[in-house]
Amino acid sequence: MQFATITSPHSDRPNSVTSTMLWVIIALLPGTVAMSWYFGWGILIHMVLASVVALACEAAVLKLRGRPVRPALGDLSAVVTALLFAIAVPPLLPWWMMLLGVAFAIIVAKHLYGGIGYNPFNPAMVGYVLLLVSYPVEMTSWLPPSILNETPLDFIQTLSVIFGGALPAGLTWDAITMATPLDQMRTLLNQNMMISEIRQSPLWGDFGGRGWEWVGNWYLLGGVILLYKRVISWHIPVAMLGAVLVFAMFFHVLDQEAHPFGLFHIFSGATLLGAFFIATDPVSAATTKRGQLIYGAGIGALTYIIRRWGGYPDAVAFAVLLMNMAAPMIDYYTQPRVFGHRSGGDD
Amino acid sequence: MATGGYGRLIKDGLWSNNQALVALLGLCPLLAVTNTAINGLGLGIATMVVLTLSNVTVSIIRHWVRAEVRLPVFVLVIASFVTAVELSMNAWFYELYKILGIFIPLIVTNCAIIGRAEAFASKNSIARALVDGLAMGMGFALALTVLGAARELVGMGTLFYQAHLMFGEAARGLTLTIGDDFKGMLLAILPPGAFIGLGFMIALKNLIDRRLASARREAVSAVQAEPTVG
Repeated sequence: MQFATITSPHSDRPNSVTSTMLWVIIALLPGTVAMSWYFGWGILIHMVLASVVALACEAAVLKLRGRPVRPALGDLSAVVTALLFAIAVPPLLPWWMMLLGVAFAIIVAKHLYGGIGYNPFNPAMVGYVLLLVSYPVEMTSWLPPSILNETPLDFIQTLSVIFGGALPAGLTWDAITMATPLDQMRTLLNQNMMISEIRQSPLWGDFGGRGWEWVGNWYLLGGVILLYKRVISWHIPVAMLGAVLVFAMFFHVLDQEAHPFGLFHIFSGATLLGAFFIATDPVSAATTKRGQLIYGAGIGALTYIIRRWGGYPDAVAFAVLLMNMAAPMIDYYTQPRVFGHRSGGDD
Repeated sequence: MATGGYGRLIKDGLWSNNQALVALLGLCPLLAVTNTAINGLGLGIATMVVLTLSNVTVSIIRHWVRAEVRLPVFVLVIASFVTAVELSMNAWFYELYKILGIFIPLIVTNCAIIGRAEAFASKNSIARALVDGLAMGMGFALALTVLGAARELVGMGTLFYQAHLMFGEAARGLTLTIGDDFKGMLLAILPPGAFIGLGFMIALKNLIDRRLASARREAVSAVQAEPTVG
């Protein structure tokens, strides 16, 4: 079977990996600021740590492979992987888990498959899933958002928790961490509680968990920047968000007390971050326009299915990896017809 | 392969034609039970016994089995030995038998065994088939044990956990532990860990082979480049 090889998008201005990655980093800024507003210093510390580890791994592997090191480090792709990874993990994750996840992402998921441009799976998500499967407790202990947090940690305290595992005096893990809204909704629904009951708790806002529901907006803003700068096209995010909405609304209409309404799924977990920043990774996503619609819709559908019936609270990472696997086949069957050729793409 | 001495057969079985690392046969039990070194060793030895016995038997009957029905006959032979091994484990290694569970009867479908019967034993003398069965079985068991040990070490931070199941109560002390605060990487114990671990093992084997080959080539070219004094 021969897979589609699509030439790069013909752009009317100079375009490079570096500038693309730079725009992704800029577009991540609003979300990052919002995350550190709600969840404290941890995320910034992890971003720095992850970037350093990613660059070190990238340089080491390139040296082993006998490739030029400098241009590959300068293209910022390793930094983007590291930043996405740091955003995805809980803010108080121990440093060595961060190191393990990033090293696995860069060395195994990226370079063992041939480096930038060749990796079939999104490296950041591979590292994330590795940690999530291996250390489920640590990977689901999130901090409560600042408006609910009575004992926010300062910079030094956060550092000592991440690097030393030492909690400030008088605090326990149970006191400072909290399940994410998706996790909590899942647990309570599994205990046969009704949604109207669940939502009476002060932890819940208009769409999702208080505080949490606003983080997604800032990623949406970043996504709009990327769309405006044409770093990404609208196909994947729209298809993915559309599929999540359609699935969620359908089941919500069937039984309003057992299935949260559509916007809860959009504004909870990694849906918006995933739609604009993770699913749109140009290397591991589908490349044809029709293919991107199918690919995005597949991620949305799988996200909903795994969230609702799977074993883990959030599912964007799993959905992205599963659809990464399907991307070459989607491309094969959605090759656009070249003018003058018959449809079908085989000849 | 049919030519060459017994040394060659042993080297093939243990390294250059290792059923798990080169032929990639019998991967289903390989991936499923290697979550600890002892489980891997247990299934590896069971497979080795079956492989040796079936190789010998197939070699004995090779002149009387018609080509048209050879595969069903081979399967029957293998299935009989597997049943015998299964019942023996049930009798003498009951705990291990319970852990390995369905994968002992499934040795019947291990393609490494029928592969050796078809490709080697049915064409070679009894003595050669015996050596081949032992070597191939040992290579398979080694691969299983090493993979099991690696996964156990990363996943649980121990080595030879539950060694008493195999070697009796005296072996309880064999179990090594890295440290109490070692947090096992659960993924290594789960099925994906088997695939990733096997991938790394194959890569390591190929790397060693390549290093050896290039070292040999350099040695040869160094000898050739030696100026002849004359």
